[in-house]
Amino acid sequence: MSFLTDDPIDPRALVERVLRDSDGAYVLFEGVVRNHHEGRPVESIFYDAYRPMAEKEIANVVREVEAQFPVAALAVVHRLGELTVGDASIAIVAASPHRAEAFAACRMMIDRIKETVPIWKKERGPDGEEWVGWQGRC
Amino acid sequence: MRSMKVRLLFFAVLRDIAGTDARDLSLDDGATARDVWQWMRGAYAQLGDYTQPPMIAVNEQYAAPETVLRDGDELAFIPPVAGG
Repeated sequence: MSFLTDDPIDPRALVERVLRDSDGAYVLFEGVVRNHHEGRPVESIFYDAYRPMAEKEIANVVREVEAQFPVAALAVVHRLGELTVGDASIAIVAASPHRAEAFAACRMMIDRIKETVPIWKKERGPDGEEWVGWQGRC
Repeated sequence: MRSMKVRLLFFAVLRDIAGTDARDLSLDDGATARDVWQWMRGAYAQLGDYTQPPMIAVNEQYAAPETVLRDGDELAFIPPVAGG
């Protein structure tokens, strides 16, 4: 199953994919496009990825979180392409018999994905466009 | 001696700078990923100030700058990631 999609995310389908009768909680995280970044207005974001590598890296993160929280059931999907304010760019579901592991596993998933997965975003607004994280670094 | 070819992939800001998704490079035996970055700095003026390469992927796996490339390798420089 692919972790990447070019279509709008259906979070309910993601929940249904992982939820088990033994789960007492699930945490659903959605990252959404906001209308500002570092004081500048943002109208849309273009998400780019090194797709085959991003699939592998997300799979690595899932394995890592599963190892840390064996009781959790996990699902994640990241959307690519052109998104506008309010659109979900990523959805993560972590289900667990008890809430503590669901919160912790979901948090670890999003944090690790942001660190390692080769996905990039170009923010567009009235002031122009910019690849986030590139200026002044490297 | 130019004796191997690698496929260089461009993503995000580097695709914009290079104006293309990919190009094939002929390299000397023993060339490293860092050597290719030095070539990039010369080939694309906007990268001239970036003495250190960003993260590197060889064949879809993160790799060190000193990684020695082999014929047929797929190389990508990974600008700071911004998923999520």
